Amino acid sequence: MSELRDLDLGARPAQGHPRLASRPSLSYHRGTWLAPRREAAAGTGDEEKAVAIEVRGLSKKYGAFQAVDGVSFEVQAGQLVALLGPSGSGKSTILRTIAGLETADSGSVMLTGEDATALPVQQRGVGFVFQHYALFRHMTVRDNIGFGLKIRKVPKDEIRRRVDELLDLIQLGGYANRYPSQLSGGQRQRVALARALAPRPKVLLLDEPFGALDAKVRDELRTWLRRLHDEVHVTSLFVTHDQREAFEVSDQIVVLADGKVQQIGPPQALYERPANPFVAGFLGAINVLPLRSLKAGSIGRGPETWLDQPPADHAEAYVRPHDLDVFAERDGKPYWPARVERITPLGSVVRLDLRIAPDHPLHIELPRNRSLGVGFAPGDEVYVSPRHLNVYDRAQNSFQPVDVHRAMGLALQEGAGI
Amino acid sequence: MRADEGDGADAGASPTEPDRPTLARAVDLPLEGRDAPSSWGRRLLIGAVLLWFAALILIPGLALARQAFAGGARPLIAALAEPGVQRAFAMSLGITLVATLVNTVFGIAMALVLVRQRFFGRSLVDGVVDMPFAVSPIVAGLMLIVLYGPDSAIGGWLESRGFQVAYALPGMILATMFVTVPFVVRELVPILREMGEEYEQAAHTLGAGRWRTFRSVTLPSIRWGVAYGVTLTVARCLGEFGAVLVVSGNVIGRTQTATLYIAEGIESFHPEGAYAASLVLAASSFLLLVGMDLLRARLERTREVEP
Repeated sequence: MSELRDLDLGARPAQGHPRLASRPSLSYHRGTWLAPRREAAAGTGDEEKAVAIEVRGLSKKYGAFQAVDGVSFEVQAGQLVALLGPSGSGKSTILRTIAGLETADSGSVMLTGEDATALPVQQRGVGFVFQHYALFRHMTVRDNIGFGLKIRKVPKDEIRRRVDELLDLIQLGGYANRYPSQLSGGQRQRVALARALAPRPKVLLLDEPFGALDAKVRDELRTWLRRLHDEVHVTSLFVTHDQREAFEVSDQIVVLADGKVQQIGPPQALYERPANPFVAGFLGAINVLPLRSLKAGSIGRGPETWLDQPPADHAEAYVRPHDLDVFAERDGKPYWPARVERITPLGSVVRLDLRIAPDHPLHIELPRNRSLGVGFAPGDEVYVSPRHLNVYDRAQNSFQPVDVHRAMGLALQEGAGI
Repeated sequence: MRADEGDGADAGASPTEPDRPTLARAVDLPLEGRDAPSSWGRRLLIGAVLLWFAALILIPGLALARQAFAGGARPLIAALAEPGVQRAFAMSLGITLVATLVNTVFGIAMALVLVRQRFFGRSLVDGVVDMPFAVSPIVAGLMLIVLYGPDSAIGGWLESRGFQVAYALPGMILATMFVTVPFVVRELVPILREMGEEYEQAAHTLGAGRWRTFRSVTLPSIRWGVAYGVTLTVARCLGEFGAVLVVSGNVIGRTQTATLYIAEGIESFHPEGAYAASLVLAASSFLLLVGMDLLRARLERTREVEP
């Protein structure tokens, strides 16, 4: 079986978003609200390393359905972390359990070092942003944002000041007296965020915060959230099923499936070194091919020597579309013989749909400049060589990365170039 | 926009143009037939509906008004000034006030419980709430007599302590409450269900306790629904007859409500008071109806602009 997810994470730079380069600085906040926290962080050095959220052995069953199954992870103070997984992976349940909106069957939740497992939601000091905003319809924007402060009996003029500050932060200064129904979806979600931030929560929890917005607004808000987080630096944990969103916004990603943690790490690390087939397939497109059909090249040592043990017959190779090279003739590298079925130029990359014998579809993405001189046509017989792949052995449940060039020995690098 | 207009102009000038109206008309024919102002079917339908409305509501209403004003306004006012009439109305209003208050409080609580809580027998309770709609009010009154009447255990015990339920005000309030239980509940259950729990949870995460959340978030969110339910309850309380008739024993001057007064007036020989009281009841019903219409419009508007 071969599969390809339709997400071109490989083609675009996942980190260092160009739009983030020119951040307008919100110096007002740096001066009033955030400075103490930052100084503390810079001063001791430990502050940055402190754990803000710690989840240990969380499990939750709904009837016979195991929604969360022994989940443990921690979030460092000041980080923006994504809980990423398909629907039904338990990510929302985990988030709601951390907030205290749901109780787990077992396991514990620590917030900034204190055991919060038994605390009611009101006393946990978390800010929560709902997918559908949950703004109070009968209150103005100002009253919505000030609600948490009013509950805490903060003096009126201080509430006013704080709300003005937050309205500036969310760039809705002139909207204080509007009602939620008079705002657009993106504006509502920003108000919801300000409302959650107003009482200075220990941690900010966001449940699919952009899920209800249309694509363009979602993109803008994502970038905006990242920028806001760089300003505000409140520890944030957000739930999403959108890989791109997790990649674009977060410092760390916790990948979940079937109620279990699959892998934790920075986005690029997860993409480059997935721990298992699920993570590999969920984060970006990947080809799954029988390793057995990979023919040994004439240079270096063959696939059977790449791992500590020779791979089993049923072992599968997981290869990203951009980790494959196409050649018109054999050049000594290990290869899959393939036939070109379709060539699709996609702007910066060219996508090749191929088929290897007997019947495995295979997708390759080549940078435009590299494919220019190649000049393949549908029907051509070609040789496809992997640069990097993961070998998955279902029986042993092992998933091991192989750098093909290195595995073949240095002879290749010196001898046959591309 | 511009492209569309351009297309339209192009199509208009194109050689296929003559075909278009024919085609369109063929497709639209059934619709046009239904909507054409000259259609006889439509006129007939409107006429029938208006006639039906007039025969059932308008003409009887006017007849009542004419009868009440038969001797001019003076006798009408005199009839309404009679102590018996005033006592009856005072009793009706008192019962309405108490019954509406209690049923509103418990109606809100019950709707919240039915929507938000999971417990054994919930669907049973959910179904039984509607029973007062289905049971004849007379039967409801009888149930109360059987339970609280002087011959029953509970009724006898209460009476021995000097507290009379049946054939007295407490029984009448109970009967009215029984009949009007579903109004507030039925109005609020769908609103609460549609609203979901997120608003309340949001308030919780912001630090608000249960009571504060109810006051500041839940109640304001359902206020128009509550208002509508209360209006329905008041209208029904004022007009209730059957259940109160059985329970009250209709003791003139002591347990006579406005509706009972009207009934008694028709049976005996001073219908003038009955006409006057009927007119007042009908007029107040009409005002309530207008109020309900305004409320309903308001209710629908809040639903439309739901964020």
